[in-house]
Amino acid sequence: MNVVVCLKQTPSTTAVFKVNDGVVSWDDPGGKPQVLNPWDEYSVEEAIRVTEKHGGKEAIALTMGDEGAVESLRTALAMGCSQAVLISDPAFAGSDTLGTARVLAAAIQQQPEVQLVIFGKQAIDGDTGQVPVQVARKLGWTPLTFVTEISAISDGAITVTRLLENGKQTVTTPLPVVISVVKEINEPRYPSFMGIRKANKATIPTLTAADLAVNGGTGAAASKVDWSNISTLPVREGNVFMIEGATVEEQARLLADKLFEEKVI
Amino acid sequence: MSGVWVWLEHQDSLMAAISKETISAARQVANNLGQPLTALLFGQDVAGVAAAAFDLGVDAVIGADDPVLATFRVSAAAPLVVDLIKERQPAVFLAGHTSTGRDLTAWLAADLDAGLVSDAIQLAVDGDRVVVTRPVYAGKLLGNIRITEGLQLITLRSRAFPAAEATGQTGTAEWLTVSLDEADVPEKLIAFAGRDGGVNLSDAKIIVSGGRGVGGPEGFAPVQALADVLGGAMGASRAAVDAGWVPYDHQVGQTGKTVSPDLYIACGISGAIQHQAGMRTAKTIVAINKDADAPIFKLAHYGVVGDLFKILPALTEEFRQRLGK
Repeated sequence: MNVVVCLKQTPSTTAVFKVNDGVVSWDDPGGKPQVLNPWDEYSVEEAIRVTEKHGGKEAIALTMGDEGAVESLRTALAMGCSQAVLISDPAFAGSDTLGTARVLAAAIQQQPEVQLVIFGKQAIDGDTGQVPVQVARKLGWTPLTFVTEISAISDGAITVTRLLENGKQTVTTPLPVVISVVKEINEPRYPSFMGIRKANKATIPTLTAADLAVNGGTGAAASKVDWSNISTLPVREGNVFMIEGATVEEQARLLADKLFEEKVI
Repeated sequence: MSGVWVWLEHQDSLMAAISKETISAARQVANNLGQPLTALLFGQDVAGVAAAAFDLGVDAVIGADDPVLATFRVSAAAPLVVDLIKERQPAVFLAGHTSTGRDLTAWLAADLDAGLVSDAIQLAVDGDRVVVTRPVYAGKLLGNIRITEGLQLITLRSRAFPAAEATGQTGTAEWLTVSLDEADVPEKLIAFAGRDGGVNLSDAKIIVSGGRGVGGPEGFAPVQALADVLGGAMGASRAAVDAGWVPYDHQVGQTGKTVSPDLYIACGISGAIQHQAGMRTAKTIVAINKDADAPIFKLAHYGVVGDLFKILPALTEEFRQRLGK
C-alpha cells in the first residue's frame, strides 16, 4: 500500500498583506513569503509514519500550484516522503475547492496502489477545509476528518480517532479512505541534513492538464465561488484601555466594573 | 430553486447551540429573500428537537428518524440530503461550521456540483445571492464572498450570530420514510470518549486562556478558577499545549480552535499572530501580561500589566463576590 499526502503552499503566517481592488498580494520582508501550510506538517509526518509503522511502502507528496509550490514538496521530501509530484497548469489557476478536488483526485488515481490519502485539516490562507471530503467523494472513498490518531491499519481496514466538539470518536472503516488530521496526531520531525540534500537534488515531475483525466470543470471559469472582494480589517490598534491601580484588588475592581458595563459578564 | 434550509444538530435529544444560531441567521436570509425556512433534522428519537425548531420560528421541518442516523455519520446522512436537495431544490442551505456541518456541506458541494462558503461571520442578501463575510488569511483580512450560481451552501461560525428566540409557534414535521441498512454505512463506531468536563470552547460565552506566562501545568489552576467563577471555558495558547501543560482540545489559535466568545481573557499570552487568528473575533478582549510591550495589548480592549498570579486570584475573588458565588 502507498500513501498520498496532499499539500498546499501558503503565505507564511507573518506575511504582510496588501489588498488592491479586492485582490490580495503579500510579502514577508523578514522571512519566506511562502511556506508549507502549517497543518500539512502533521499530514506529511503522519504519511511518513504510516510507511514506518503500518507497512506503507511509498509516501507520495502531491501539490497543485504554480512552479513555486515545488518548495513545499521539497520540504516534504526533506522530512522523509519518498516521492513528490507537482500538479501545475495555467488551466487550473483560480479553481475553487471543488475544481481543486477534481484535479487532486485525478492525480491520486494515477499513483499506484494507493489506499490512504492524508490531508492537513485545512490551509491557513482560505481556511475552508473543504477539499479532503470533496476529494474523497470524487474518488468514491470514505472521508474521515479531524483525525487525532491512526491506531491500526490491517485486514483492509483503518481504525482512527476523530476530535469532535464533544469528545473523541473512534471509528473503523474499510480502505481506501481519505483522512484529514489535526495537530494532536503527532510532532512533525525536522528535516535532517541528509534529507535536505536529497530533497534539493531530487527531480520532481510535473503533471499538467494534458497528463490528467480530470472529470468535471476546473480553473477560474468553472469556479462557483467569487473571492474577488477581499478587504482589510477595520484597524483597532492603539485603543487599549489600561487598567491601573495602587493594588491588584483595585485593578480587579476597575476591570470588573468595565466588564459589567460592557455587559459581557 | 426556492427555500432556505438549515441543518439541525442535536445531542441527547436537545438542539445544539450552533443550530439555534443557524436558525436565527437563516430566518433573516429567508425573510430577505421572501422564501420559507425549512429545518432538516436527522437522528433517532428527535421529535422534541422538531418541536423546538418550530418554537424557534422555522416554517417546516423535514425529519428522518432511524437508528442508523442516531450518531451523525456523513456516509449515512449525506446521500439522503443529496437526494432531498435534488428533489426539492432549495436555494440556500445553512449549517454550523462544526465537524458535522463541515463534513456534510463538503459532501453536498461535491455531489451536487454546488458552491460552498465556510465559516461565515455575517450574511447579507443581494438579489437572490447571499453575500458571506468571513475572515481569511489568518484573520488578517475579510472576504466578502458569494456563490455565483445555483445552490448556495454556507457554514456559520459558532457564536457569530445570536441564538433564535422562542416564538411559541408549533407545527407538524414531515417524517421521511427511510430504509437504511447499517451494513451500507462504512464508518463503524467503536468508542466515544466525552470531553472531560467544561464547556465546548466554540460555544463558550466567556473564555479565560493561559499561555507561556503561566509557567507550567499548575499555573493553569488560577486560570481555571477564574473561568469557573465566570461560568466560562478554559483555553490555552499553542506554547502551553506544546509544552504539555494542557490537552490539545484547549488550544485556541491557527492550529487549534477558532472562537468568538463575548469575553476573552488572555493570561500570560504574548499574542502572536497565530493566536490572534483564533480569537480576534471575540467581542471584548482582556490581556493580562507582565510585558507591557506584548503584542496582545494591541488587540486587547482592556489591559492589565502585572503578575497574573496576583491579578487572577484578585479578579476571581472580585467576581465571586459580585456574582454571589
